[in-house]
Amino acid sequence: MNRVFVSGLGAVSPAGWGVPALRAALAAGEPLPLRRIERPGWDRPINARFVPDPSPRPAFLAHARLRRASPLTHYVAAAALEALGHISSNPARLSRLGLIVCLQSGCVQYSCRFYKEVLEAPATASPLLFPETVFAAPASHLAALLGDVSLVTTLVGDPALFLQGVALVADWLVEGRVDFGLVVGAEEANWLRADAIWHFDHGCVPSAGAGCVCLSLDGAASIGVELSALTDVQTYLSSRSRSHAAQLMRQQLSTGSVNELLCDGLQGCRRLDAPELAAWQSWPGPRLSPKRVLGEGLMAASGWQCVAACDALAHGDFTGATLSLVGCNQQAIGARFVRLS
Amino acid sequence: MVVTGAGIVTAYGSGWRVNAHGFRAGRTAFRPVTLFDVSRQRSQMAAEADLPDTLPPTRLPARQVNRLDRASRILLLAAHEAWRQAGWEPAENLPLVLGTTSGGMVLGEEYFKRAVSFPRSHRGQPTRALHYQPQTQGRVIAEALGFCGPIIIIANACASGANALGQAWEMIRSGRADHILAGGYDALAQLVFAGFDALQAISPGGCRPFDAHRDGLSIGEGAAMVALETLDLASRRGAEILGELIGYGSTMDCHHLTQPHPEGQAGLAAMQCACEVAQVNPADIDYVNAHGTGTPLNDSSEAAAINRWAGSHAATLPVSSTKADIGHLLGGAGAVEAVVCLMVLREQWLPPETTVETPDPICRFPLVRQPSDAQCELVLSNSIGFGGANATLLFRRHP
Repeated sequence: MNRVFVSGLGAVSPAGWGVPALRAALAAGEPLPLRRIERPGWDRPINARFVPDPSPRPAFLAHARLRRASPLTHYVAAAALEALGHISSNPARLSRLGLIVCLQSGCVQYSCRFYKEVLEAPATASPLLFPETVFAAPASHLAALLGDVSLVTTLVGDPALFLQGVALVADWLVEGRVDFGLVVGAEEANWLRADAIWHFDHGCVPSAGAGCVCLSLDGAASIGVELSALTDVQTYLSSRSRSHAAQLMRQQLSTGSVNELLCDGLQGCRRLDAPELAAWQSWPGPRLSPKRVLGEGLMAASGWQCVAACDALAHGDFTGATLSLVGCNQQAIGARFVRLS
Repeated sequence: MVVTGAGIVTAYGSGWRVNAHGFRAGRTAFRPVTLFDVSRQRSQMAAEADLPDTLPPTRLPARQVNRLDRASRILLLAAHEAWRQAGWEPAENLPLVLGTTSGGMVLGEEYFKRAVSFPRSHRGQPTRALHYQPQTQGRVIAEALGFCGPIIIIANACASGANALGQAWEMIRSGRADHILAGGYDALAQLVFAGFDALQAISPGGCRPFDAHRDGLSIGEGAAMVALETLDLASRRGAEILGELIGYGSTMDCHHLTQPHPEGQAGLAAMQCACEVAQVNPADIDYVNAHGTGTPLNDSSEAAAINRWAGSHAATLPVSSTKADIGHLLGGAGAVEAVVCLMVLREQWLPPETTVETPDPICRFPLVRQPSDAQCELVLSNSIGFGGANATLLFRRHP
């Protein structure tokens, strides 16, 4: 059976651009500062965590395809390039690269701007904005930035979809269709997304960014982390609640130990957290909950969870790390990564 | 790998028979848009689907059926037809693979308008936020038909529907599943219509793919779903086989976000890949259902790709784009055109595009312009998406 290794990690988050910023924020454990979002026609504050402007501005943002692209595309590109590391400068390896971008809300900023223009004066609605609203735009821009990518796809779903992306890339690798595969989860924040989340839990703090893992079958190219298990997809149905699906997912994973990290999706919202809390109540080891620090980044948050788990293993903090993704309205999926000895 | 069920909804109506009748005649189905205000748009025409007042009986409670959005209704009609035709039973691990560009965008638009116009009124907003998402529509299908399994939603713009079928094909081929319900859908949405209008990509006069004087696409709406399974499984059930899916190619065009490479490099590579996987030559292909949007850039690029791929066979290879009849169905296009290919194989006719007056001289292939019978064993369907996703599907008649 083929072994799948983690070859690189990338992150953009409210903590900053890059995995070191994410690592430092999670190590500090303090929720990052909030910023108020102006919501049209309503003076009640909605708070969010935004990605700070990069300093210095990365050179790749000057690429012709990225100049007018959405913040979402910038996050995707930055996380992917970081995860690719030295591979991104090797054209031979890039030509055997697969790319999956996972999104839930997608490009909400440009979509809102464009639709507002359509309602006000459709004849002058910007033709520059509309193409950027398409789900596939970030993957297209990134593929163009990298030059030659063999397989590219965009998946849409709830945040647990990130591990469907990991499974699909693993299949591509095992079938020999690519040598390296990137899975990027990304979102951006604006008032509309914050408004929608508010309806489901007033305490939920929306945030933005991206998380990316690079996978390969080449153990020599790994960061010392291996994907050891992926659970079945536990889809929610009327006969299978979110809680039940979380339990089924949990049953397929390790019982845990004091040396194994659980990286979960808890964020401090009682109603949203309840199924995952119940599923993992007997976990004996340490836990890490990136959303408590960074906010509800939806697909980006799933990326951060995966990056944080793998990063902790790469730094030798644990022997194994279990990833729990209990999505909001589609599915629960889990994974386990182990440190290479 | 075979198709044992197919469901289709377009502006022609709902179901195989009414659609086959329309495609065979090459009847155009465009009319003034009624679903939203287009009075200030450059173009006011689209291929709207007339949906039946009642949906077929499923496992969904009446209350839920009454609350379904337009995209879900279109999708459910197509999925139900495919499911019933295949004769599948409820299953515990049946994947659903869908392609869409905008899911329930109409609900998203309504959410935005209400949030701006009535910021203190939240009634119905959580439901809109939930139901505009494609995964909710996928769950509706699973609940309605009584199956459970992974729901995979591909959003590769206008290639999404073809990619969904291709992804399902890959999953069955690699042994990850033995039967899958797959397809694509999109309902007309103001944001999308206005988007193409803003790009001046919509034809003011009507869609004429591969015409020398073509000036843009026309938007449509609809869905198609297919029941895809291994030949072994279908044979054991004694299922009627509509056709075989024997090849799939998927490539990426990095040339531009909204413009294909002028020489159609990625389209060419997708066709070559599908043929290589299926171990057939271009000379074996009897008909090509082109992506053929009717925009100047798409059609010249795709024609160049077909010319190069087919070589000397191009001179006798019939090609048409059914977007001339029912418009561009975006995320649904590739799946609907796949079902058109199954119709061609089952009923042995070619779908004409009757709107073409002067074929573009770049086309070295004959455009199908009149209804005609034909003997077809192998047919190919192209899809090309915004952002550069290219997909080719290859179907074979089942004896």
